[in-house]
Amino acid sequence: MSIATMSLRRRMRERGLDAVTLLVIPGVVFVLALFIYPFLYGLVLSFTPKEGGWLANYQKFFSDSFLYDTIYLTLQIAVPVTLLNTVLSVPVALRVRLLKRQRLLTTILVIPITLGTVMVAEGLLTYLGPRGWLNRFLLEFGLTDSPVRLIHNYWGVMLSLVITGFPFTFLLTLSYITGIDPALEQAGAMLGARARQRFFRILLPLLAPGLAITLALAFVQAFTVFPSAVLLGAPAGPTRVISIVAYQAAFEQYDYSLASAIAMLMAGVQVIIIVALLGARTLVFRGPASTGKG
Amino acid sequence: MHRSLGEKLWSIAVWAVVVFFVVNLLAMIGSVVVNSFGTRWFNTWLPAGFTTQWYTLAWDEFQLPDILVVTAEVVGAVVLLSGLIGVPTAYAMARRNFPGKQAVMLLFLLPLLVPPITYGIPMATVLYRAHLAGTIWGVILANLVPTVPFVILIMIPFVEQIDPRVEAAARVFGAGLGRLFTQVLVPLLTPGILAALLLVLVRTIAMFELTFLTAGPTSQTLVVALYYAVFAAGVRPGQSIDAMAVVYMVTTLVWLLIALRFVNPTQIVTRAKQ
Repeated sequence: MSIATMSLRRRMRERGLDAVTLLVIPGVVFVLALFIYPFLYGLVLSFTPKEGGWLANYQKFFSDSFLYDTIYLTLQIAVPVTLLNTVLSVPVALRVRLLKRQRLLTTILVIPITLGTVMVAEGLLTYLGPRGWLNRFLLEFGLTDSPVRLIHNYWGVMLSLVITGFPFTFLLTLSYITGIDPALEQAGAMLGARARQRFFRILLPLLAPGLAITLALAFVQAFTVFPSAVLLGAPAGPTRVISIVAYQAAFEQYDYSLASAIAMLMAGVQVIIIVALLGARTLVFRGPASTGKG
Repeated sequence: MHRSLGEKLWSIAVWAVVVFFVVNLLAMIGSVVVNSFGTRWFNTWLPAGFTTQWYTLAWDEFQLPDILVVTAEVVGAVVLLSGLIGVPTAYAMARRNFPGKQAVMLLFLLPLLVPPITYGIPMATVLYRAHLAGTIWGVILANLVPTVPFVILIMIPFVEQIDPRVEAAARVFGAGLGRLFTQVLVPLLTPGILAALLLVLVRTIAMFELTFLTAGPTSQTLVVALYYAVFAAGVRPGQSIDAMAVVYMVTTLVWLLIALRFVNPTQIVTRAKQ
């Protein structure tokens, strides 16, 4: 027994496989069983519809405007809010990085991310409602004659995505900006570059890879908006986003096959956008953001 | 550096955006808190009077004691299990090179990058077929999907900071893998484990989508119960929903404050080194 197992063990060890390496198994098995397997199962299930040929679910989705419109409606919410949050984040992060005491601001901004979309939806229902403080303020100072309608429509969802999304893009951008060596900008300043030139010629190119990742993550989050689209939007109308129809297919019509197909389409749109963003990233100049010897 | 008028105006504009955002955020939270204590509140800045009756109402009407127990069970189990699975895996990932390591790393990154509602629907389908969804175990398993990789990715740099000679010394003195973990690694990794598990705790309390898709009537956590309460608004007084929202907020923010003693706020977003 001993010689055979010893040599096997030795051969395994030479390839880096010993008892310690085997500790990855629980983690790998877990992710395979509860993430990869369900995804593949959903993919197969989406091609085995309740009735009709193997593509019936996808045909149904793209022939029913009630279903395929959701992609357009979701993009209409997700694209502007992603751009707005990211574009706002850059100048704010550029200022905040100069602060010595950022901690208070970053702590305040991490609150809405932690509270999550359900809580933000309930908060905005109270705050933006016809009797809420915002309308109180607008009426009191004569900025409007009648309460502004900001809930149960497109704007409610939009604002909830700003409240949870802006801190997210800001904190990500801040972490990328603080990774850029300030010496590069100082060198630019010494050579006579103005603030605007320093931003467009030095900082922005160095920040571009990080911004592409920020845009991708922010977009994916906004694209899968769910609780606030139901609670704060008009889930039967302008904020009938794709996750709502996926949920309804699964848990109201019990058509898991159609629901899986919608989930796969959702994943497909995300992949297309992410690949496009990361592809665009490589078109921009890429150089080392921190000082190196190279 | 001399700053021109344009630069000063620009700076003021940027800070105005920040102040505007923070003021609205705090007003949003404030209006929930005030409303939960208010009696009647119509066309005034503050309610006519203050009361705590909505908390007693919410406590009974929404069965808050049951929900809080379920929430504590789910969160406790998720924290414990993601630590037990994640920390050893992170140790192996940090210390060993093996064929296919890049692919395994990608495997752990995916559940953190794909948003929960996308993979949650097929995952809930599988859990329903396995008769696990609707039970507390289904909720726990669903919540572990993002937290196990999260713990792994946070712990890898913490393991890398430990001098491998410490482990070698323990091995020389005859410690097996079990004793190496319990007596050497876990004590050395305590700051990292604490940070990772506190972040898992905060994220699990607030994890809506995965719990919502897998929970049954007896396995709802606080955030899902809050969703249903807001969804059925009009059935109960708005103030009692806000009272429940305050209970949820306090639960989340207390743990957030504890977590922030050990981690930087930016770490909550960046998750892992990129």
